[in-house]
Amino acid sequence: MNEHKLIVSTSPHIRDPINTRRIMCHVIVALSPVTIYALVIHGLSALWVLAASIAGAALGDFVMQKGRRIPVTLDDCSAILTGLLLALTLPPRLPWWVAGIAGLAATILGKQMFGGLGHNIFNPALVGRAVAFVSWPAYFATGYAKSAAIGIANTATHKAIEGTVDIVNGASPLAAMKYIYDGAAKAPQGLFASNYYKPLLLANPWGCLGEVSALLLILGGIYLLATRVIGWRITVTYVGTVAVLTAITGRDPLFYTLAGGLLIGAIFMATDYTTSPLARRGKVVYGVGLGVVTWLLRFWSNNPEGVMFAILFMNALVPLIDRYIMPRRYGSAGEAKEVHSS
Amino acid sequence: MGRTSGLLYRIRGGVHPSDSKEPSAGKEIRRIEAPATVTIPMRQHIGAPCVPRVGKGDEVLVGTVIGDSEAFVSAPIHSSVSGKVARVAPQPHPAGGEVLAVIIENDGSYRRDPNLEPPGPWEDMEPERIREAVRAAGIVGLGGAAFPTHVKLSPPGEYPIDTVILNGAECEPFLTSDYRLLLEEPDSVLEGIRIIMRAVGARRGIVAIEDNKPAAIKAMESSARGSGIEVASLRTRYPQGAEKVLIANLLRREVPSGGLPMHVGVVVNNVGTAHAIAQYFSQGMPLVERVVTVTGSVVREPSNLLVPLGTSFAHAVEACGGFTEPPGKVIMGGPMMGLAQHTMEVPVIKGTSGILALSREETGYSVPAEPVCIRCGRCVDVCPMGLIPTYLGSYAHNEKWDLLHRLHIEDCIECGCCTYTCPTKNPLVQLIKTGKAELARRKQQADRREAERREAVGESGEAGKDE
Repeated sequence: MNEHKLIVSTSPHIRDPINTRRIMCHVIVALSPVTIYALVIHGLSALWVLAASIAGAALGDFVMQKGRRIPVTLDDCSAILTGLLLALTLPPRLPWWVAGIAGLAATILGKQMFGGLGHNIFNPALVGRAVAFVSWPAYFATGYAKSAAIGIANTATHKAIEGTVDIVNGASPLAAMKYIYDGAAKAPQGLFASNYYKPLLLANPWGCLGEVSALLLILGGIYLLATRVIGWRITVTYVGTVAVLTAITGRDPLFYTLAGGLLIGAIFMATDYTTSPLARRGKVVYGVGLGVVTWLLRFWSNNPEGVMFAILFMNALVPLIDRYIMPRRYGSAGEAKEVHSS
Repeated sequence: MGRTSGLLYRIRGGVHPSDSKEPSAGKEIRRIEAPATVTIPMRQHIGAPCVPRVGKGDEVLVGTVIGDSEAFVSAPIHSSVSGKVARVAPQPHPAGGEVLAVIIENDGSYRRDPNLEPPGPWEDMEPERIREAVRAAGIVGLGGAAFPTHVKLSPPGEYPIDTVILNGAECEPFLTSDYRLLLEEPDSVLEGIRIIMRAVGARRGIVAIEDNKPAAIKAMESSARGSGIEVASLRTRYPQGAEKVLIANLLRREVPSGGLPMHVGVVVNNVGTAHAIAQYFSQGMPLVERVVTVTGSVVREPSNLLVPLGTSFAHAVEACGGFTEPPGKVIMGGPMMGLAQHTMEVPVIKGTSGILALSREETGYSVPAEPVCIRCGRCVDVCPMGLIPTYLGSYAHNEKWDLLHRLHIEDCIECGCCTYTCPTKNPLVQLIKTGKAELARRKQQADRREAERREAVGESGEAGKDE
């Protein structure tokens, strides 16, 4: 019998076509509208931040993998995604070399030091940002664009916002509101948090690259949900918890949802696979925890924003969550009870 | 009565690969001739293998017992052809390795053993007699697991059975043999479930079918009208047809960890099994043939064949026009849980629901040397048992036996959803199977040592005791 060789392996014999690279590319696609829009609004300086951040992240991965004499995995696109995510959390006027250092820190300190993809405890992009944030805090506090007329908000609102921004020399909307609520600054006539809704959704020049349009972030999130790259649990529980607690505190929940890093954090950072819980129930606990910590930091710390540290803090709790919050196991209910039915 | 509808029964977790049933779904079941020699292995079921009851040179007829066993968990094996026993020797087995087999030269006349007779009307037969008949017919679970059916029909008295489920989910992609049976022989399937219900004393009977087989659902519904048997439409999702999953969906009962369906008052049988039982009661012919789906991209004419047991895979594929190109992989069963074959010279056995031949490209994914997990949680989401496959795989890989036990590795039903869905192509279920086997071996070893120790201590303890 002339027989050609047959492959013998154990089941299953078919695989879902999904792979790591495809997942990373989906996230990059989801982020591309907001990235392009950020370049449009912020111009060339944003481009340098973006380029330096991605280059730094890719270089960090490359150098570490070469150094460890393991295969270089730039082709899985995860380092590029890390650099892109990092850039979107950086201020547009950040010197390019700071962005580059942040990129290097993201993949070297945030990822490869722990053993590479899948082994890190903290979100690499946020590790990179945290390094830049604590090393060069001044760049993060002020210096956001005084808007060139975007033409989105009506003139009166716009003037009012400009007035607020002026109070603290180019502060982000979150910072401006914090000064006002804390009594450090007086709100100009006619300014309400609700004045910010429209610019935050459609064209917000007073913030990091990724904060230019909440709408585009939400669209990106819908894309990730539709392609099943992420689930809804972390994002919805995170944003929901922040909104509810904000309302309870007597402040405007919609403003605090749209402003700052909450949406980019909740949609793109907190949902990072490696640094979030495995089980669905764990994801809910994680999302609620993120909301509580963000709320605490926003309203009771010296910083106007708390998303980055909230995520890093909750990242550290993920192993604990995974240990104690497991999926409900089939058959576990019947173990204690009488087994047969009547 | 009639259709159990309202909600579509959906499962927790699971995956939804392309069902690929189209090539063979429309093909009527076609009986094929056995080849010039048939090879009938003495292990065709879970439990004790059979001992040959014939020797070289013996004449056998269709239905003659050629192997049997004294063990309870076993079922006799019958000849599928008439002719002469050529030899009794170890032969390659589709479940791996070599197994003692009776090789019969087929005289082509298919003379029926004159001693065979239908066991009589079942309607007023004692359950015990029904079980005896089912055993005598050599019937085992035809869904693939091949557990002796008479054992399933003998639940101990403390576990009263209220419901019989006929599993027609056929959730494995590619396979269409159950579908064709439901479509072509609904009355026989219905008769089968009623016989089973009488044997176990159940009042409720459900035929469960996935909703990607509307024609089968319709055929079964019209056959079941007025009989009191329900037809349930299940949402198409693998592994909808896994026993434990099916029970949870249909009845909202969960089989306890380590338990059996009878522990929650249920018996589950495959539709093919029910059909075989009904056939035996009407014609008196034991299980000597079965429906096999021969399919896959490299099979010229995918078909559903009625194949005499012992027919080689090669012969069955020839009956379908052969291969269009050399296959990369030949699988007994479906692509999710089937067994890859190293040769086409293995015989069709009672558990052969399908012969699936995939091209080299279709099976050409690479498995990483060092498993990486990006912790995406997909395996956790798809696990119908609520386990954490990525941890189990990693602990099995790193030989952390106590952790495997603590995370309930023994609850794994080996459906393969985790491996299917893993984006880093981590061979999770494969690692888990290895871990399960090793853990079972260790437990066995420990039990033996414990028994020996008890024996030693027990004797001296007896002597020292003074009461």
